[in-house]
Amino acid sequence: MTPTLPRAGGAHLLVVRNLWVHKGGSPWTMALFSVFEPVLYLLAIGVGIGGLVGQVPGVEVPYAAYIAPALLATAVMNSALEETGQSAYAKLAFDRFYHSLIVTPMTVGGVVAGEVLWGMLRGLITGAGFLVVIAAFGLVQSPWILLAVPAGLLIGFAFGAASLAATGYMRGWHDFQYVQLVMLPMFLFATTFYPVTVYPPVIRVLVETLPLYHAIELVRGLALGRLAPGLLLNAAYLIVFGALFLVWARRRWAWLLAS
Amino acid sequence: MVVLNAVIEAAGLEKTYPARDRGGTPFRAVAGIGLRVERGEAFGFLGPNGAGKSSTMRMLGGVSAPTAGTLRILGLDPAAHGRRVRARLGVVPQDDSLDVHLTVRENLLVYGRYFGLSRKAVRERAGELLEFARLTEKADERVEHLSGGMRRRLTIARALINDPEILLLDEPTTGLDPQARHVLWDRLFRLKQDGVTLILTTHYMDEAEQLCDRLVIMDKGLIADEGSPRELIERHITREVLELRFPPGEHEQVAVKLGRDGLPEPERLEVLPDRLLWYAEDGETALARATAAGVQPITALVRRATLEDVFLRLTGRSLTD
Ligand SMILES: Nc1ncnc2c1ncn2[C@@H]1O[C@H](COP(=O)(O)OP(=O)(O)OP(=O)(O)O)[C@@H](O)[C@H]1O
Ligand SMILES: [Mg+2]
Repeated sequence: MTPTLPRAGGAHLLVVRNLWVHKGGSPWTMALFSVFEPVLYLLAIGVGIGGLVGQVPGVEVPYAAYIAPALLATAVMNSALEETGQSAYAKLAFDRFYHSLIVTPMTVGGVVAGEVLWGMLRGLITGAGFLVVIAAFGLVQSPWILLAVPAGLLIGFAFGAASLAATGYMRGWHDFQYVQLVMLPMFLFATTFYPVTVYPPVIRVLVETLPLYHAIELVRGLALGRLAPGLLLNAAYLIVFGALFLVWARRRWAWLLAS
Repeated sequence: MVVLNAVIEAAGLEKTYPARDRGGTPFRAVAGIGLRVERGEAFGFLGPNGAGKSSTMRMLGGVSAPTAGTLRILGLDPAAHGRRVRARLGVVPQDDSLDVHLTVRENLLVYGRYFGLSRKAVRERAGELLEFARLTEKADERVEHLSGGMRRRLTIARALINDPEILLLDEPTTGLDPQARHVLWDRLFRLKQDGVTLILTTHYMDEAEQLCDRLVIMDKGLIADEGSPRELIERHITREVLELRFPPGEHEQVAVKLGRDGLPEPERLEVLPDRLLWYAEDGETALARATAAGVQPITALVRRATLEDVFLRLTGRSLTD
């Protein structure tokens, strides 16, 4: 038997394996769990507080329709984080799963790319699920919102790669608290609930460096049908951000697995 | 006729692990070893805990990069051709690393795919290997629900999915019941007859004697000696061993009384925590001499020297310190 080596370091095979493990749950049950939290936000803040706010000045759409795309971007991000964060850590530290892969023709690059791809796929499912919710709430403002789903792939890529790199540094479960320490403020302040124009200029520049800000800008722009060249910049930011962390993750994981 | 054809060649092989935390010191687990394993051979590593066996095995598996020295696996440099090398190896790591979320059969199926095997080829092979590991009845159970020994058998079956030329087994039979061990020996023997090169580590001397054509005894990252089990016994040990037991704490005293330092070559006395070993060409004569010296053991036993005696001799110091 002369097997041909799997292409791309076997990245796709890792995705296949992950699908296999999840075969008990259909994509829709997966999506259901992932959209549960953002739906609560949409109800409590979008519909509840939205009743007081009315329309968002400068955009002229109902408040719920304004925050819905941001919640979509966040939900996609969280799905990718889950897979490449705690889940990957368990596979590394307890299942010794990755150790069993690197004795095969799979490469560390393939393993890393595979997990990020998987995170993107999970994000995609969540994004599609939340889109259905948005439609059900009657918050669709423009057909361009359909592009929010592929945009979710970029979000999954950026956050999946960054989170996998970070997971390579975790010394135990408690270290994941630091991730929360970054994620929660980012969620609250990266223009999820109001436009960036409410900030004084200095803070504004700061917020504009956050990856979630670009994720939200991108999805919101598409969802509200406000196409502008700026969206390409947002997309480029996510791609570059993800690519840098992908390289970083590959290096770190090579060190982790090959020692 | 034996055609010499090295599948593993290593010289000056070293592995130093970086310090775990800032200010710690790096640790040299393998301190410069040379090896040559011929195709079709069964080659063993013996050595106390921490000797560096697993570290060496990971380097031979093309996974862990040597810190120094040269290594050729199947004629290739694993640093440059890691994937091509690994495609032709089977690896049984010391710690089971099965995919616990999948069933027994799925473990084999998915693993075969990592080697680039077609779905059809993997399905066939999985069926054979389930038989081989006597796990056909458990094929659809989740790995979580298997006993430790069954997991071990599955790990070994999995390592064979790609029909490897070299099979690396790190303590393959640890945790297996005696029957399963014998079955496994039989399987390994058959693989060897099919021309598969076996490289294994073990803490069982009988296993090493049964399976290995040649072995090395490692201690503290170095090779203490190398040879066939027979050669090693002849080189280091007398033909027979007299084992004497005394009440705890008296062994040291008795050893002095028996004239430990004045014994004629190649005789030797070794004090173990629970007994005293007197290496002698003729055990009965030694026993008679002991009785004449006035020592009264609780039990006395004369037996043939084994590989275990060689092991204790070559690594004995680390046992007592
Ligand atoms: N990844 C690692 N990082 C740091 N030190 C390590 C690592 N792996 C092994 N060591 C150290 O290297 C030494 C040799 O370990 P190794 O696992 O090779 O021993 P071994 O001969 O297989 O022992 P055993 O019989 O207990 O399996 C030990 O002191 C161990 O603590
Ligand atoms: Mg070991």
